[in-house]
Amino acid sequence: MSTVVLLALTGLGLGALYFLVASGLSLIFGLMDVLNFAHGALLSIGAYGTWWAASGHLPAAGSGGFGFVLAVAFGTATGALAAVLLELALIRPLYARPREQVLATVGVGLAVPALLSAIWGADARPFPGPRALSGTFGLLGAQIPVNRLVLTGAAVVVLAALKLFLGGTRHGLVVRAGVEDRAMVTALGIDVRRAFTLVFAIGGAAAALAGALGGLYFGSVDPGQGTSLLIFAFVVVVMGGMGSITGAALASVAVGLVQQFANYYTTAGLGDLAVVVLLAALLLARPRGLTGRLA
Amino acid sequence: MNGSETPLLTVRELRVVIGGRHILHGVDLDVAAAGVTALLGRNGAGKTTTVRGILGLVPRTGSVLLDGEQTIRLATHTLVRRGIGYAPEDRGVFAGLTVAENLRLAERRGAGEPAYGLVHELFPELRQRARQPAGTLSGGQQQMVAIGRTLLNGNRLIIADEPTKGLAPKVVTEVAQVLERAAQAVPVLLVEQNLAMVRRLAEHCVVLADGRTSYRGPAAQLLADADAMRRLLGVGRHGAAPAGAVRTEEGGV
Repeated sequence: MSTVVLLALTGLGLGALYFLVASGLSLIFGLMDVLNFAHGALLSIGAYGTWWAASGHLPAAGSGGFGFVLAVAFGTATGALAAVLLELALIRPLYARPREQVLATVGVGLAVPALLSAIWGADARPFPGPRALSGTFGLLGAQIPVNRLVLTGAAVVVLAALKLFLGGTRHGLVVRAGVEDRAMVTALGIDVRRAFTLVFAIGGAAAALAGALGGLYFGSVDPGQGTSLLIFAFVVVVMGGMGSITGAALASVAVGLVQQFANYYTTAGLGDLAVVVLLAALLLARPRGLTGRLA
Repeated sequence: MNGSETPLLTVRELRVVIGGRHILHGVDLDVAAAGVTALLGRNGAGKTTTVRGILGLVPRTGSVLLDGEQTIRLATHTLVRRGIGYAPEDRGVFAGLTVAENLRLAERRGAGEPAYGLVHELFPELRQRARQPAGTLSGGQQQMVAIGRTLLNGNRLIIADEPTKGLAPKVVTEVAQVLERAAQAVPVLLVEQNLAMVRRLAEHCVVLADGRTSYRGPAAQLLADADAMRRLLGVGRHGAAPAGAVRTEEGGV
């Protein structure tokens, strides 16, 4: 029983990480038809930004208490800023050329980890975090790391905030309409490119937050973290239906849980494969993804 | 066209090339400063592409003057904000958004208070169904949303692309009444296949054939000229129209 509880909560924590990456990826693809292969790089930027700030380089930020909150905020803001720059400098000029756009994001996705290793080395760096978040707590006989709850809580907050934004604001309305029919949004007199930048900023912030909190989950940061998480985030986006936040949330939980349980009860590594099998099965049964929305 | 009045919209030599295919070879048309100007032509003549070209929804060259101002280089959203309401051929209603959200999206800042009073007076159903997802509406109700959006902002020009296509006769009548009323305040460019609609609403008309303008002039004159009707629109003298021809039925109007 205690094993099941531990696996379930760890799976949820991992699913939370996937959701934070996949939500932005899904919105970006849904609205702009851009497959952002640089999204993992945004996660890495968030992770290193937080690590850098928490290691005492940013005044007032640190590895404990409010200092850590500040470090996470700094990492998240850095990721959001990087995403906006990416959209303005690379995605927008290549808007009419989707192939080049994909190549550009792949390039950034390769360049950023290389840059991070050039500056801070290719090896994993221990991630400083508050002592309160590195401990465990007992639940039904299992010792659960606290950071799993922090991750799940953060993902729930981000999900709620995104829902509020999409459902309750004019910008959110423009994004939802743009996911359905971008050309018609412009034909109503709305500059849809502003929504593009906004969605990149939101997606970048969520991915960077995943990087910051992923540091807690993995206990370290390394330049390749973003890229390996990105693959599963893509699986989540496809499963959840492009452009659907609720779908991404459901699929994240499914992928995180399946991966954890399969890795534990079968051979390690089989869990990753099981996720792909799950994706294939779902796509055969429901080609449009969980929420039934067309890409 | 009445030579003394300046047209609201003047289109000259409008050319559209999509994927290496020439769709429009130089369309000329004027939209009169008042009333309805109908854009006619057989299927595939380039009517919808002309409208999309005017709005910049497809890459185009040529000249499009709105009230004398060149707009060919403007982005769609900038042009539309100068006061154009557009109801596209497929209605362009956002299926996942409610009726109220569809209308709210069309509100334009700087265009004055949105005219919900007018929209709800013309289409009381839209008020009753405000919270219903637009994807669950009937075709006629979706067309009400599409036309309602064009009436919200006190536009200078309304462009309606086949607003009666696929609608029941009763709804066609309703749409005709609304457009007739709208046209008293705002000039309308109406793409239409239903000749009864044209007869009832249009004062001027432009006929396209193979991506070129083949006729410009008073609608009544064209409609009365059986030879021209057959030559330009493929409308036969005795009932049955050949494939691709303009519909002649008086359905619902």
